[in-house]
Amino acid sequence: MSSPASVSKPSLTIAETRARFETVAADVLAEAKRLGASQAEVNVNISQGLSVTVRLGEVETLEHTRDKGLGVTVYFGQRSGAASTTDFSSAAVRDTVRAACSIAKYTAEDDCAGLADADRLAHDPPDLGLYHPWGLSAEAAITMARECEAAAMSFDGGESSSGRITNSEGGSVTTHEGYDLYANSHGFIGAVPVTRHSLSTSVIAQAGSGMQRDYWYDVARDARMLDSARAIGEQAARRTLRRLGARKLSTRHCPVVFEAPVASSLISHFVGAVRGTNLYREASFLLGALGQQVFAPQVRIHEEPHLIGALGSAAFDSEGVATSARELVHDGVLQGYVLDSYSARKLKLATTGNAGGVHNLVVDPGPDDLVGLLRTMSTGLLVTELIGFGVNLVTGDYSRGAAGFWVEGGQIQYPVEEITIAGNLRDMFRGVTQIGTDIDTRGNIRCGSILLERMTVAGS
Amino acid sequence: MSDLLQQTRGLLLQPAGIGEREIEQIFGQLLVTHVDYADLYFQYSRHESWSLEEGRVKSGSHSIEQGVGVRACAGEKTGFAYSDEIVLPALSQAAAAARAIAQGGETHDRVRVPGGTTTPGVQQPAFYAPTDPLASLDDAAKVRLLERVERAARAADPRVKQVMASLAAVHEAVLIARADGLLVGDIRPLVRLNVHVIVEANGRRESAAAGGGGRHDYQYFLADGRGEDYAREAVRQALVNLEADEAPAGSMTVVLGPGWPGILLHEAIGHGLEGDFNRKGTSAFSGRIGERVAAAGITVVDDGTLPNRRGSLSVDDEGTHTQCTVLIEDGILRGYMQDNLNARLMGVPSTGNGRRESYAHMPYPRMTNTYMLAGKHDPAEIIGSVKRGLYAVNFGGGQVDITSGKFVFSASEAYLIENGKVTRPVKGATLIGNGPDVLTRVSMVGNDLKFDPGVGTCGKEGQSVPVGVGQPTLRIEELTVGGTQG
Repeated sequence: MSSPASVSKPSLTIAETRARFETVAADVLAEAKRLGASQAEVNVNISQGLSVTVRLGEVETLEHTRDKGLGVTVYFGQRSGAASTTDFSSAAVRDTVRAACSIAKYTAEDDCAGLADADRLAHDPPDLGLYHPWGLSAEAAITMARECEAAAMSFDGGESSSGRITNSEGGSVTTHEGYDLYANSHGFIGAVPVTRHSLSTSVIAQAGSGMQRDYWYDVARDARMLDSARAIGEQAARRTLRRLGARKLSTRHCPVVFEAPVASSLISHFVGAVRGTNLYREASFLLGALGQQVFAPQVRIHEEPHLIGALGSAAFDSEGVATSARELVHDGVLQGYVLDSYSARKLKLATTGNAGGVHNLVVDPGPDDLVGLLRTMSTGLLVTELIGFGVNLVTGDYSRGAAGFWVEGGQIQYPVEEITIAGNLRDMFRGVTQIGTDIDTRGNIRCGSILLERMTVAGS
Repeated sequence: MSDLLQQTRGLLLQPAGIGEREIEQIFGQLLVTHVDYADLYFQYSRHESWSLEEGRVKSGSHSIEQGVGVRACAGEKTGFAYSDEIVLPALSQAAAAARAIAQGGETHDRVRVPGGTTTPGVQQPAFYAPTDPLASLDDAAKVRLLERVERAARAADPRVKQVMASLAAVHEAVLIARADGLLVGDIRPLVRLNVHVIVEANGRRESAAAGGGGRHDYQYFLADGRGEDYAREAVRQALVNLEADEAPAGSMTVVLGPGWPGILLHEAIGHGLEGDFNRKGTSAFSGRIGERVAAAGITVVDDGTLPNRRGSLSVDDEGTHTQCTVLIEDGILRGYMQDNLNARLMGVPSTGNGRRESYAHMPYPRMTNTYMLAGKHDPAEIIGSVKRGLYAVNFGGGQVDITSGKFVFSASEAYLIENGKVTRPVKGATLIGNGPDVLTRVSMVGNDLKFDPGVGTCGKEGQSVPVGVGQPTLRIEELTVGGTQG
C-alpha cells in the first residue's frame, strides 16, 4: 500500500530503512540467543511499487503494492527451525523467533546444518548499482502503457501480413523498489537496495477464424535502459502477426533452433541438474559429471555476479557468502556445481556462493546471429514458444509443447503449432552445434539462440 | 450473526477497533463519483510445513500473514491497494489509493451491483469445518507421521533410494465487506501431504511423487493409513517407470484414466471458459455459448460446493456463494465462470468463481473443482476397444494458450495399448491438443468418475490458488503424444 497521492515514491529513505531494519535484525538475533540458539540468521525485506495496465486505450487496473517480510532460521547445535511474519512489531517479532525455536525442538540432528562458514562471508561487498528509483507518477505510467499498446494495435504488418491486430490484453508498466537485509550471528550484515522496472504489451491478431496472441517486454534496473514503448509495441505486433495461419507438422526428426527468449530455459534445466540439492538427493541426470563432457566442445558458460546494474547481479548470496566470477562449463566440460553451504557440506565440497540461485549466467556466443543459425540449420524447426512442464531432471527426459516456424533453405516457410519436441537433455546438450549472438539480457541467464542437432517433433 | 462472521470479526476487526461504522466510513471514502463497486478483503493466515529427507525431519517452518486488500471498480477499471497492517489509518490510505482509479475518469452509466445471493447475517452453508489444522496434531506427532510415511516407502521395495516427504497446513480466516452492505466471514483449513521417491536398479534411476489432502485437519492423513498409502503409491509409480520404454511420437488414440487426468478439462476447457477472457474476446471459446464443443453425452461442471475438497469454498473471495456451474451440457457450451467485475460487465450473475491468492492480490475468475460427469462405459470395455494407443493414468502439470486454444499436459505414468490390452509401460510424455475441439473427439466416457487426491494448484496472473479436478476414464481419438519414437 502506498501513499495516498498516486505517485510511487519511497516512503522511507534508504538510510532510514537500513537503520530500522538493522535494529529489527539485531533484536531477532538477540532474542534467538536469549532463547538458547547457538546460531541464527535473519532476512528482512520490503518492496513497494506501482503497476498499471491499459487495455484498448483505457485504464484497466491501477495497483499499488507494498510487501514486507521477516524470516528467521535458528540452530540449536545441528537442529534447525524457521519462521516468518509480515508484522514487524516487537511482539510479533518475538513470537516469530519463538515459533522457529519451537520447531527446532522437533527437527532431527543434521550434521550439515548451520550458517555459512564465517571465512566465506562477503567483507566490504561492492556496490553493483542495482538501485535506480524511477519516481514515475501513475499518470506517466498510464501514458507509457497506452503508448506501448497503441504502437502494437496500430502496427501495419505490410503486404506480407495475412491479418491484423484486432484485440489486446493490454499494455503494462510496473515499477518496484525493494530493500533486502540479511544478518547472521557470525556478525555478518549486508543490505541491498534494488529496483526493477518493466514495460510490456500482449496483443491478439486475427485472420479468418484463427486467433493468435503474443507479447513483448523489456525489464531493467534503470528505467533509462528500457526499450521505447513504441519499439516494444511494434515487436509484440510483429511476433503476433507472424503466428497467424499456423499449421501442424507431421511427426519427424529434425534439427531445432531455440530462439533466444526460450533458449535460456535449456540453460536453466542445466542449472537445475547441477544444483547441489538435486545432486545430494541423487535426483539429477548429471550426477558425478564434474570434469566430464556435458555440452558440445564449443560451449562456454560462466557466472558473472558483479556486472554493474544487471538483473542477476549480487555481491553476496542469500546466506552472505561472497560471490565471484567463475566458469561452469569450459570447452563443453563441466567445471563446477551450483552449491549453497548445506548442499556443499553434503557433497564434501565448498559452497560456490549460490544460495538462492545463480547470478548472471553468461553463455558465450559463436560468430553468427539468428539468421546465420537458420542458414546453418537449413531445414528444421525454429521454436519461439514452449508450454508445459515435461522436463524430468532425474532422467533428463524432455518433452514439451512448442510453437514456431518451419525452416527450409535457411528461410522461414510458415508458422507451426500444436506440436511437441522431445529428446533427452544429455543428448540435447551434447548436440548444441551453435549459439547465436542475439543474446537476451532480460533475465539471469544471458544466452543467444541455440541450434541443436536433432530432436523428435511430434504432430499429426 | 453467523458464527463464522462472529469468529472472523473477533480475529480480524476487533483487535483494530474496526466496526460497522468504520467500515461504512471507508466505503464513504471509496464510493466517489463513478465507482460502482468496492470491497474490502481482510485476511489472516498461518502456514506451516515440515519436511523429511534421508529418514529425518530436517526442517520445519511457520509463517503468519495478515492484511487487507481494498478495491474500487469503475466500469472496466479497477483500483487496488493493500496493507499488511489491519488498522484504520492504513485502511483509509489504501482506500485513497484505490479510488484514484475513478478520479478524472470518463463518465459511464452506473451499473447496479448484482450482489450474488449472500446477505449479512444469513447462515451460509459450510463445506468444511472451521478448524485450525495446525493445532489438530502436536508437533511430535507430525514428525512421527512423516517418519511412518518414509518407513512405508522404504519397506515397499529395496530399490527405493531416496524418500522426501512433506506435510503442510494452512489456517486461514477471511472477512469480506462489500459496498452493497454484504459482510461475510469464512474460515478455511487446508492440509497436504506429499511423498517423492527415487528408485534405482541396474544403474537406472527414476522418480515419482504421490500425495493428497483437502480442506481437512491432519487427522485425514492418519485415517486408514492414508499417509502410508501415498508412500506406497509413489513407489509403485516409480517402479513402473524403471521398466518404461521410450514413448511413442505422433497422433494416436489416447485413453485417460480416471481422477487426476481430469487436468485435461482444467487446461483444455476450464481456463478458456473464465469470464475475463470471454468478456475481452481473447479466448478461443469467446462468443461460442450454445455451440457444440464436445461430443454428445459429455457434461462438464465447475463445483465449489463439494465437501472438504481442495478447490471448494463456502463463499468465494468476493463473498458470493459458490455453486455447481454447468460449463458444457450434453456437448453444448452453456456458460462461463464469473467473478463480480466480469459478471457485471457481461450482464450476468456471478457464479461464485471470484478468487484471489491473498489480500495482496486482485480477484479474477478462477476454477474451483472442475469435472466431467460419468458416462456409461465400463473402463475395461474402453481399453478393450483400442487397437493401438496410449493409456495415460498419471500426470504432472499442464498449461494452455487460451487464445489459440492449444493446451498441454504431461503424463508421468503411461502404457501402450495393443490389441485391446495394456501391454508395456512407456516414459512420460507431453500430450498436446486444441481445447475447442479435443472433447468433440471423445468417443467413450467411463462410468468410473473419480476426483483427484487433492494436489492441484492453479496459476493465473501470477497468483496460485488450490483447485480440484475429476474425470471418468475417457477414450479420445487422435491426440498428439510427444514421445521420441516416431
